[in-house]
Amino acid sequence: MTPNEPLLRWEWILDHADEIWQRLLEHVTLTVLAVGIGFALSFVAVVLIRRYHYLREPLTWLTGVLYTIPSLALFAVLVPVTGLTRVTAEIGLVSYTLLILIRSILDGLLSVPAEVRETAIGMGCTSGQLLWRVEIPLAVPVVIGGLRVATVTTIGLVTVTALIGQGGFGYFILLGMQRFFSTALIVGATLSILLAILADGLLVLAQHWTTPWTWERRRQA
Amino acid sequence: MDVGETETGVSTVLATLAWLADPIHWHGTDGIVTRLVEHLALSGTSLLIAGLLALPAGMYLGHTGHGAQLVINVLNVGRALPSLAILGFALPFSFWLGLGLGFWPTVMMLVPLGVPLILINSYVAIRSVDREVLDVAWGTGMRGWEVFREVELPLAVPIILGGVRNAAVTIVATATMGALVASGGLGRYIVDGLARQETGRLVTGALLVALLSIATEAAFDVLERVGVPPAVRAAHHLDTLRVPGVGAGG
Repeated sequence: MTPNEPLLRWEWILDHADEIWQRLLEHVTLTVLAVGIGFALSFVAVVLIRRYHYLREPLTWLTGVLYTIPSLALFAVLVPVTGLTRVTAEIGLVSYTLLILIRSILDGLLSVPAEVRETAIGMGCTSGQLLWRVEIPLAVPVVIGGLRVATVTTIGLVTVTALIGQGGFGYFILLGMQRFFSTALIVGATLSILLAILADGLLVLAQHWTTPWTWERRRQA
Repeated sequence: MDVGETETGVSTVLATLAWLADPIHWHGTDGIVTRLVEHLALSGTSLLIAGLLALPAGMYLGHTGHGAQLVINVLNVGRALPSLAILGFALPFSFWLGLGLGFWPTVMMLVPLGVPLILINSYVAIRSVDREVLDVAWGTGMRGWEVFREVELPLAVPIILGGVRNAAVTIVATATMGALVASGGLGRYIVDGLARQETGRLVTGALLVALLSIATEAAFDVLERVGVPPAVRAAHHLDTLRVPGVGAGG
């Protein structure tokens, strides 16, 4: 962006291969932790909502408000309390996954046809068996749909945590902005988008392999 | 204070109140009033451009019924683009166009965030108009443009407005990041607060941005109440029509 500076310096990329690899690991770690913890919390929330229906409204409201807060603002408010740490990054990242994941798990369980549920009860399933052996497997496609959105969103938000000293590929974007260095900008931006597309593709494959009963139907259709 | 170290919640609240109580922080080029106006100018310009691009395109696709796959692809690609990454591309592009730092690279980041949200809702809105209603319109002798203007558009308004609302909230939230490329707006307090290790400035910026996002949402609640005819509103369940995955200034 300064005169005579090429848009992309290939030798810079080759020189920094090690660092790019380290940032990839950081990006993946931050994402997997956030989506994993977010999923566990959402699952617990859904189990609670199924037992105590009155929790649904306040939990939806709370996760909705969390989701509306701009990421930069949320990370910024946490900094005075938890510092420039991975914990700060994860608190923010996890809270953004909750709205999407709770909703998709609830929708997934609701998508199980009533006849299927009644048949299972008629065959003598306990409520635990109904949940674990009938409803959860049938909810997989919708739940993975939610996981895809949550993962892609999180990979994008991880870049923002560069501002609090984390960030994965976001580090390169921030570096590029501070030094007007377009190579770092383009490397950081491109790799974070590629990572999102790759993760999305992997989850589509996971959805395919975890729902073998849909294969036959698709072939017939 | 040192941002790198943790401190108690009480001292954070005190630092924020002290910062807010100082009249210097309300007026002038770095005052809250100026930053708020800048934030609204960035968001308004971006929403306007996104609307001009996405509303006609979405409604046209919905009316003709072609291109469902295209629309879905646009939405998915739009979701896969992190805002900071778009900003990363926008900055060299803006320099290349001679538009420099600040306002324009930020707008270039915000427009692509808004377009898919408005486009998908406009498309779905027109598509979701009851086929039987359209048959009746054709039966009474209405033709293409008339059907669109008299029947499809009024019935589609609530969902279209929902898309504009999603885009507005996302744009207002994400305009914060413009501060990274030296634009104005409330994000300045967050970026400068982090850089100068000033808790009061940092937390004030965060609170103001969060409040503005929530206020934007509330403003669209009012707009939906006023702008949508009661009969059309009754036919829709507005709450179920909002596309999930919006907000968060990703």
